[in-house]
Amino acid sequence: MSHPTAEQLYTLAEQQLAALTTPLKPKDRMAIPAQEMPAQDPTLRRENMQEVALGYSEAQAKLEAERCLQCPTKPCIKGCPVGIDIPGFIQKITEGNFADAIGIIRENSLLPAVCGRVCPQETQCQAPCTVGKALKSVDKAVAIGRLERFVADWERENGLIKTPHVKPDTGKKVAIVGSGPASITVAADVRREGHSVTVFEAFHRPGGVLLYGIPEFRLPKAIVDREIEELRAMGVEVITDFVIGRTRRLTDLLKKDGYDALFVGTGAGLPKFMNIEGENLVGVFSANEYLTRANLMKGYDNRAATPIFPSRKVAVLGGGNVAMDAARCALRLGAEEVHLIYRRTEAEMPARVEEIAHAKEEGIQFHLLQNPTRILADERGWVSGMELLQYELGEPDDSGRRRPVPVKGSECEMDVDTVIVAIGNDSNPLIRQTTPGLETSKWGTLVVDETGKTSIDRVFAGGDIVLGAATVILAMGEGRRAAKAINELLARS
Amino acid sequence: MNKILHKKRLATDVYQMRIAAPLIASERKAGQFVIVQIDSHFGERIPLTIADADTKEGSITLIFQAVGRTTHLLAEKSVGDTVAHVLGPLGTPTHIEKFGRVICVGGGIGVAPLHPIAQAMKAAGNELIIIMGARSKELLILEEEMRKIADELVICTDDGSYGRKGLVTEPLKDFCASAPKPDLAVAIGPPVMMKFCAETTRPFAVKTMVSLNTIMVDGTGMCGGCRVTVGEETKFVCVDGPEFDGHLVDFDNMITRLQAFKPKEDAEHHRCHLEEIAEKSP
Ligand SMILES: Cc1cc2nc3c(=O)[nH]c(=O)nc-3n(C[C@H](O)[C@H](O)[C@H](O)COP(=O)(O)OP(=O)(O)OC[C@H]3O[C@@H](n4cnc5c(N)ncnc54)[C@H](O)[C@@H]3O)c2cc1C
Ligand SMILES: Cc1cc2nc3c(=O)[nH]c(=O)nc-3n(C[C@H](O)[C@H](O)[C@H](O)COP(=O)(O)OP(=O)(O)OC[C@H]3O[C@@H](n4cnc5c(N)ncnc54)[C@H](O)[C@@H]3O)c2cc1C
Ligand code: SF4
Ligand code: SF4
Ligand code: FES
Repeated sequence: MSHPTAEQLYTLAEQQLAALTTPLKPKDRMAIPAQEMPAQDPTLRRENMQEVALGYSEAQAKLEAERCLQCPTKPCIKGCPVGIDIPGFIQKITEGNFADAIGIIRENSLLPAVCGRVCPQETQCQAPCTVGKALKSVDKAVAIGRLERFVADWERENGLIKTPHVKPDTGKKVAIVGSGPASITVAADVRREGHSVTVFEAFHRPGGVLLYGIPEFRLPKAIVDREIEELRAMGVEVITDFVIGRTRRLTDLLKKDGYDALFVGTGAGLPKFMNIEGENLVGVFSANEYLTRANLMKGYDNRAATPIFPSRKVAVLGGGNVAMDAARCALRLGAEEVHLIYRRTEAEMPARVEEIAHAKEEGIQFHLLQNPTRILADERGWVSGMELLQYELGEPDDSGRRRPVPVKGSECEMDVDTVIVAIGNDSNPLIRQTTPGLETSKWGTLVVDETGKTSIDRVFAGGDIVLGAATVILAMGEGRRAAKAINELLARS
Repeated sequence: MNKILHKKRLATDVYQMRIAAPLIASERKAGQFVIVQIDSHFGERIPLTIADADTKEGSITLIFQAVGRTTHLLAEKSVGDTVAHVLGPLGTPTHIEKFGRVICVGGGIGVAPLHPIAQAMKAAGNELIIIMGARSKELLILEEEMRKIADELVICTDDGSYGRKGLVTEPLKDFCASAPKPDLAVAIGPPVMMKFCAETTRPFAVKTMVSLNTIMVDGTGMCGGCRVTVGEETKFVCVDGPEFDGHLVDFDNMITRLQAFKPKEDAEHHRCHLEEIAEKSP
């Protein structure tokens, strides 16, 4: 399969756009070819960390926008967790008015350049899209995320991001714990009302999973840094190397340091393991560790002091975004072969469809309906292989997905020297353990009411620490909700 | 932030530094550590125990041995320089109470993390026996400080250049075998030393706490790189520890895991030294 270059796709779009005859009838719109996202050539990109998806050209964006039918019922909006006026911003793109398009998106979303890249659009905004339904494939839905990315990038690249207006000082202080998407959103929304805002981040750089988890080739770190710069420009204070629960207790922020409200956005940073034999051998890593070494600590750069494990044959366990990221990082860090092992079939994989496709193009080998039973060691105690068991799909479980059941006697061995466990994250217990009276669920997530308030007065929470490992846009939505409640609380008292 | 206020060489390749970190100084308890990173862009995050703290000055004391890239770079810093990142205090503090007769065993650089624990044990009213070991006299640290708080102090060197010739496990065994039997042992040092201390006390059923120095990345429980097997369970040293019951720790697995990046690190370290030599030569 030959890989079309960006230039080819851009030229094609110019021609297709020039050939459109207005006015367009719905039938004509449906006939416009769905615009393919230009991407780095798979054989080249597996050797570098640069972004894989290159972004639409203006012609591609306009053409893709013309595919939208402007449905009066706007089903797509219901698919977006933050309710962006999707037909509204798409209409502006067709008019070539990108400034208004991004303005419409910004009314509801604070991180469009991020969400346009990482939202699982095929299960969110693009799932109910009429065009996709009519063409009987969600892949053919209007590429809402790519359009969102296009206008967000256009705004940033043209230096048009405007620092939001901040109201006069109210004298009230809000502390935010963590600096992931939930926290970034709260910081901006609360600061806008004129309250003083301090963000405390345990790591040496702010950004949360956007920085340490999601790799550069999927979300350039400059975009995340830009968002943080924006917060600073609004007057938000960002303090790194500060772990709440240890450097300072959560309740001390309220009682001793004079904060009027708190937001906890500490994410879901506690790696799950499989609890199988051999999991503590040398060469077994959580995806969190592997990705942190690779991304935050810049393991891909030979100037970095943090070492990366030298791997030849890597097995990644799991089928979500985290697994795809770990697998594709391992490839870029020099592994000869990367095998992805997943208990169910591709249809059940929670990863974004685009990431699965990209991973395959890059040569990641998928082993479906398989699961390891133990990890094998050489005489030194280093990983030498894995024993796998085959599965088949049985009856549907509670989630409606068909439950994988092991096939008796189907054990086989696979020879690998590295195993990366990417089967999910639970919530980090630090805040819970050091804050008496903070109510948690049996999964360790914080319990909040419909405004995002926890069991402690003036303490709010949102994002993965409340939802369990979820998505960027959901974290942002939760942040919005909590910020609203915090602003209302501070206006009253 | 994090300005170096004082620096002193304690022994060959062992340095003591006082660093301004007022919040950490006021929150820290015996047994806790910090994560230090020297370069914001390409630096590594390394754990170092808080050997002491001065809340008035707002400083913490670190004692470290220059063994690899980051510790060497840290050793090259001078008073007035700053350390880019210091995160802490991390880890679960040592459980301090009046146990009765407590025996503290420190090997090599392990004497540094042992000192605040010994101090706290003494302050809690325990009878304190201290055994300190080093390869030779020049490598011995904190003798004065330990002598000040110990009811009884035994020093061992591998080569016999000072104190008793031999390993710390020998006097440890003697103390366990003679009455009154210690109520608690605390052993901190190289993993092999801790392993054999635990083996020494096991037949006497003297509960033995050890402080594990696994490889770490974040130090907050996020990566699992620091995990060890304790009893039947996997524990994260940075949050569940660093102290554990030495009789339950799988030391062999821990020692193997410490080797994970050794080939790479040694190569890096070697490169560092070559660069140093190259810089010094005209
Ligand atoms: C590898 C990977 C890939 C992903 N891919 C996608 C994707 O493609 N699309 C998508 O929508 N979602 C994806 N996700 C999920 C998404 O990143 C998360 O749902 C989202 O980042 C959660 O945001 P948050 O604000 O709740 O917390 P996080 O982003 O987790 O940030 C929490 C921050 O809090 C800090 N912190 C924790 N405890 C403390 C403390 N005690 N004191 C101070 N600071 C603290 C942490 O260091 C961290 O920086 C992915 C996740 C991972 C790990
Ligand atoms: C909780 C804790 C407290 C510690 N307290 C102190 C202290 O007070 N003083 C002190 O000098 N050291 C302490 N250490 C050990 C210290 O973290 C390591 O010496 C340091 O990480 C080495 O970094 P480097 O870049 O200089 O060397 P590297 O180049 O990373 O490594 C050099 C050599 O040390 C080994 N090594 C790497 N990491 C560690 C580690 N975490 N522990 C032991 N060996 C390692 C490597 O395998 C290699 O052989 C502590 C470790 C832990 C986990
Ligand atoms: S924020 Fe996400 S779900 Fe909403 S429109 Fe944008 S890409 Fe779709
Ligand atoms: S559902 Fe699809 S076609 Fe209809 S308005 Fe939304 S994006 Fe446009
Ligand atoms: S160092 Fe990462 S979990 Fe302990």
